[in-house]
Amino acid sequence: MSVLSPTAARPEEADVPRALFEQLHDWVVTVDHKRLGIMYVVVALLFFVIAGAEAAVMRLQLAWPGLHIVPPQTFNRLFTMHGTTMVFLMGIPMVFGFGNYLVPLMIGARDLAFPRLNAFGFWILAFGGLLLHFSVIGGDGLYGTGSAPAVGWFAYAPLTGRAFTPGNATDYWNLAIFITGIGTIATAVNLVTTTLTMRGPGMTLGRMPVFVWIMLTISAMTLLILPPLSAAQIMLMLDRFLGAHFFDTQAGGSAVMWQHFFWFFGHPEVYILMLPGFGFVSEIIPVFSRKVLFGYPMIVAASVSIGLVSLSVWAHHMFVVGMGAPLNAFFALSTMLIAVPTGIKIFNWLGTMYGGKLDFRTPMLFCCAFLLQFLCAGLTGVMLSVAPFNWQLSDSYFVVAHFHFVLVGSLVFTVFAAIYYWFPKVTGRMLSERLGRWHFWLFVIGFNVTFVTMHVQGILGMPRRIYTYQADRGWEIWNLVTTLGVPIQALAVLIFVVNIIVSLRHGTRAGDDPWNAWTLEWATTSPPPPYNFEIVPVTTSRRPLWDLKNPDDPDGPHE
Amino acid sequence: MSEHSPLRGRIGIASLIVAETSLFGVFVVAYLFYIGKSLNGPYPKDVLDLPVLATICLLSSSISVALGARALRSGDVRRSGLWLLVTVLLGGIFLAATAREWYGLIYKHGLTIGSNLFGTTYYPLVGLHASHVIIGLSMLSLCCLLAWSGALRPVHGERVEMVSWYWHFVDAVWVVVFTVVYVVGR
Repeated sequence: MSVLSPTAARPEEADVPRALFEQLHDWVVTVDHKRLGIMYVVVALLFFVIAGAEAAVMRLQLAWPGLHIVPPQTFNRLFTMHGTTMVFLMGIPMVFGFGNYLVPLMIGARDLAFPRLNAFGFWILAFGGLLLHFSVIGGDGLYGTGSAPAVGWFAYAPLTGRAFTPGNATDYWNLAIFITGIGTIATAVNLVTTTLTMRGPGMTLGRMPVFVWIMLTISAMTLLILPPLSAAQIMLMLDRFLGAHFFDTQAGGSAVMWQHFFWFFGHPEVYILMLPGFGFVSEIIPVFSRKVLFGYPMIVAASVSIGLVSLSVWAHHMFVVGMGAPLNAFFALSTMLIAVPTGIKIFNWLGTMYGGKLDFRTPMLFCCAFLLQFLCAGLTGVMLSVAPFNWQLSDSYFVVAHFHFVLVGSLVFTVFAAIYYWFPKVTGRMLSERLGRWHFWLFVIGFNVTFVTMHVQGILGMPRRIYTYQADRGWEIWNLVTTLGVPIQALAVLIFVVNIIVSLRHGTRAGDDPWNAWTLEWATTSPPPPYNFEIVPVTTSRRPLWDLKNPDDPDGPHE
Repeated sequence: MSEHSPLRGRIGIASLIVAETSLFGVFVVAYLFYIGKSLNGPYPKDVLDLPVLATICLLSSSISVALGARALRSGDVRRSGLWLLVTVLLGGIFLAATAREWYGLIYKHGLTIGSNLFGTTYYPLVGLHASHVIIGLSMLSLCCLLAWSGALRPVHGERVEMVSWYWHFVDAVWVVVFTVVYVVGR
């Protein structure tokens, strides 16, 4: 191992303990990409738990017909906050947090290109999240008890008009998400610049880890699709505060316009969240299969083309609007087209595992579950891209099941895989494998109990966003099963949190390279020093550490 | 500390410009979509005049800012400061013309953002551009002041050049806004 790390001297215990306040101060003023990355992920996990609790309350309410655990207004607020929080305050900070932490390490850079801009991006996002949750107090304008926004996470017009949602709850939604968007754009600018200008010696574009390629892709996508959301939100603010008529149908404005603007952001956003998941898997599966990633050029090309095609699929969210046959056909076809590069990747991962020496540690387990569940998510996606089928099931629980298979069954699973995989690098300690297995199996079971059955309610016609239903629809048993999966998932997440807390103190020491991996981040100490690398290793292939460990059999000639 | 690639600033500002283009794109699309959909007057053809002088000033300020950046790179700080001052003045004339136009629209023709869809789309689009002009002018004025105080040196050429890129972008957006609002929309 000493071959890999020129920084052999490393204190066994933490430095001299310092005052809590001083440590906090260090975190608040830091511009280090690693600390900011950790803060992003911690904030994301925090909001994950909050939004998960909101979901649990909703499932409780829907467990049986005619329940009155929460009133309908509260139910509307719950699903709005759940969706908004999960997408903007869990998904985005999670993927950009990992990007923050890993991209400079993986390309052999000292930090991101603009460290202070990076800190700005994080804090503005964090405060955006606080602003959104402040609505619970200030939503109705600081009199009474206040309320959270209740317009759904995509806030369709004309419901967002002053006439239909008085008070300030909707404005909190609008401003908070606008603000987090600014932070995300700043981070995207940073990541694009870092990847293009700060790669270490020998790290050509063609040798970058797939995860870095994907962060470059999604950062470029962010630059293209987040500003339109900001623009639409500026328009909504003008409508609500200055009496403009962008989305005001009474004065000739168009409510469909908002849908176009929102989904022009909203659909590529799904890929911005999902592609980093593909990146995690593309880093983890080869290491636990002891094989080179199968078809690197294909998987990079597929990622970039997913990024490009995803810009032209947005209106498949709008088939029921009545866009007319030509537009329906275009968006149906482009949506089916995007399944092609996505399908290619599944074969890449399977090809990597095929004939490999598979090692089913916790990260790999999560990746395997991801493969199956993502396949299901993709298949229901192709089903929903068929416009007539979509007319039947739009706004039903089938759609809810589909996108939870994408965002939970795929993204959250890969995020767990990534946390188990990189936790040793970040903290210097391994997560417990035993608790990890409990976490994995409970989460797999809980997830599937909840979301497989949800497809059935959808096909039986249960619309989303209803706060209760009558007993004679044949939905009750399915809803009960769906709800029964929730405590299992909650228990899994609890075990995960316990695992993190326990392992932080008592986990076995990881060493520099616990997985015998091949990318540059494993060449430095765990946790890495503030300057990342004392001497940046020269990259000679796509697996720089393989080359260092096996100087007799370098990868270069085989690429 | 300064081991950064010379491309760092360029790619950073280019990324920002891509994002801004996307932002303006949506306002332009909204403007185009709502042309002729106003339920009541005032209509663009009755109240809008071609802002010829403002356009000439803004477009020629692109030349002066380029000359300013070039002068700084060749080491002539004084001349650079002068060209930047010319740019600020030309941009100032443009802003003044916009202000005059808005004054006329509001007080003479009674067009506000809430009057009709024309007002709803016109003020945000032109206003968003004008706000970018203001941001650009602030940066340019700062460069001017620094040149005047002697703090601006040829080593800062790269940064002034980045400001000039932003200013070129503001100009290019005006070409689109001009075409959409004053040619197509009238």
